[in-house]
Amino acid sequence: MTDQAYNFAYLDEQTKRMIRRALLKALAVPGYQVPFASREMPMPYGWGTGGVQVTAACLTPEDVLKVIDQGADDTTNAVSIRKFFQRTAGVAVTEATGEATIIQTRHRIPEQPLKAGQILVYQVPIPEPLRFLEPRETETRKMHELEEYGLMHVKLYEDIARHGQIATSYAYPVKVEGRYVMDPSPIPKFDNPKLSVNPAIQLFGAGREQRIYALPPFCNVVSLDFDDHPFRATKAAHDCDLCGAKDSYLDEVITDDAGGRMYVCSDTDFCAGRQAAGHAGRLAAGGKA
Amino acid sequence: MYVAVKGGERAIDNAHSWLAEERRGDPAVPELSVAQIREQLALAINRVMAEGSLYDPDLAALAIKQARGDLIEAIFLIRAYRTTLPRLAAANPVDTGAMAVDRRVSATFKDLPGGQVLGPTFDYTHRLLDFALMAEGAAPVAATAPADGAPVPRVTGFLNRDGLIEPALPDDTPPPDLTREPLELPAGRPLRLQAITRGDEGFILSLAYSTQRGYGRTHAFVGELRIGAVAVECEIPELGFAVEIGEITVTECETVNQFKGSKTEPPQFTRGYGLVFGQTERKAIAMALVDRALRWQELGEDYVGAPAQDEEFVLSHCDNIQATGFLEHIKLPHYVDFQAELELVRKLRREAQTLQEAAE
Repeated sequence: MTDQAYNFAYLDEQTKRMIRRALLKALAVPGYQVPFASREMPMPYGWGTGGVQVTAACLTPEDVLKVIDQGADDTTNAVSIRKFFQRTAGVAVTEATGEATIIQTRHRIPEQPLKAGQILVYQVPIPEPLRFLEPRETETRKMHELEEYGLMHVKLYEDIARHGQIATSYAYPVKVEGRYVMDPSPIPKFDNPKLSVNPAIQLFGAGREQRIYALPPFCNVVSLDFDDHPFRATKAAHDCDLCGAKDSYLDEVITDDAGGRMYVCSDTDFCAGRQAAGHAGRLAAGGKA
Repeated sequence: MYVAVKGGERAIDNAHSWLAEERRGDPAVPELSVAQIREQLALAINRVMAEGSLYDPDLAALAIKQARGDLIEAIFLIRAYRTTLPRLAAANPVDTGAMAVDRRVSATFKDLPGGQVLGPTFDYTHRLLDFALMAEGAAPVAATAPADGAPVPRVTGFLNRDGLIEPALPDDTPPPDLTREPLELPAGRPLRLQAITRGDEGFILSLAYSTQRGYGRTHAFVGELRIGAVAVECEIPELGFAVEIGEITVTECETVNQFKGSKTEPPQFTRGYGLVFGQTERKAIAMALVDRALRWQELGEDYVGAPAQDEEFVLSHCDNIQATGFLEHIKLPHYVDFQAELELVRKLRREAQTLQEAAE
């Protein structure tokens, strides 16, 4: 049932047009932050208003939508955003990564590789990768214009000097097509390699900061590093306790007050799919434990 | 045995119904009507209209009721509604010089044409709790006198005649629209004023206060503060003339700021300007002070590094809907990034320990 009081996917057509123009520009200049006239949405800034506006501008009635937060389809805010689009656009929804045409995400890239024709929409809190090095927007825009990224390299170098390694574990900065340094949103750096040469379209929406940026399909994305300190995608050194996956990103769950821990896939669809296919981890129901 | 948390949808539905019950409070106590809120909490209505950027007392009252009196939440409801409304036309600038004033005071002249009109102000009330209000009595009645209808000329106009104050020249350039274009910096005065008039009252108040305490001092006098109704007129293309479509109450504050001159400007008084929906006196005065502080560049003053002088700082942080959203979002799930940080801290600690052991 769609809510008749509002236009398809909530936003009026003029607003969608404005957002689509920003999206096209963003796709034409990969990694460049395009200012757009972000609207107040019926959920708070910080809850994914940028992603919601981008999704609303991309949705067609035939689309199949998946919404994840922290990799999971059933976290409260993912449930809430999915419900919003069911209500305002009446589109089909799915939890299966392979069946979705548009996936809105917060903080993760699905484990299952995406394919051509899919759109991945990221919710972005702070789009500016240089923000915590230089708080002024007027300055950081100039730095991007001049490709003046020395400050970022100094920061990474200082990390190594102080900690022996680059002490950034999420929202790890990347360089797009050899030009713009970009914030991939707060995804764990484990997900960074999936940004590059991805057949899907990747769109990033920052509502409060009024910025949209994009990675067109198969675009080259390099995580910043040094020759003698190459980038490494890391995760907890465990297997999933439910599905046994060795190569998926894990959530750490506290199971008792005596230091008991278990590790489970953060991507709920991936984990459920593996369990359905008969894979079992250490603590799986009916498993060895 | 661990079971992944499911049922987010049911939890959300239950939270909403509990919230609705809490909003109503004790059902033995009569429910507040929207009209009661509109009439009896008028200053809350004014704040919601001003910061929500929508002049509609009934909707503001509804928003306050729905938000359980949380004014920022009410402002958010109004903003989210406002953004869905079509733009039918742009009104002509309101003529505050022709305002039907309820209140008009000048701190710079003892008497002046149009007179000093105190109006319904808290200014000289003694802040003693009026326990009589706990019992519901008859409606109080104020003394009245016929309106004299005489024009109330602006204080800054008198100063302008003598050339003592910087001129405010008319400018027909269409102003940019903060709600339809992304904010780009430097913003310029029209955009700054738009942002400040809908900015958070507390934030603007504190910034203005900081200028008074010396962080970008502007030596402000309230040249004039006026509150009253102004006509809203709209150009009707088919008619070829403007038609009055309604009336709104606004508060306007013009400050007269002492100015010793700079390299580019002669010694003269300068202006700060505040204009806010409704009777919102504190906000209008604060707005005028912040406006004046932000004008340091055009007046050739020094930038002393005060927060109230910093356009980017003020405009990026004055919107309470943006601020509260970003602040509160940190309570949303962050398991994934926190997990990444956990792994990093564990690794750094392991390595630090190894180094220490090696040293010993």
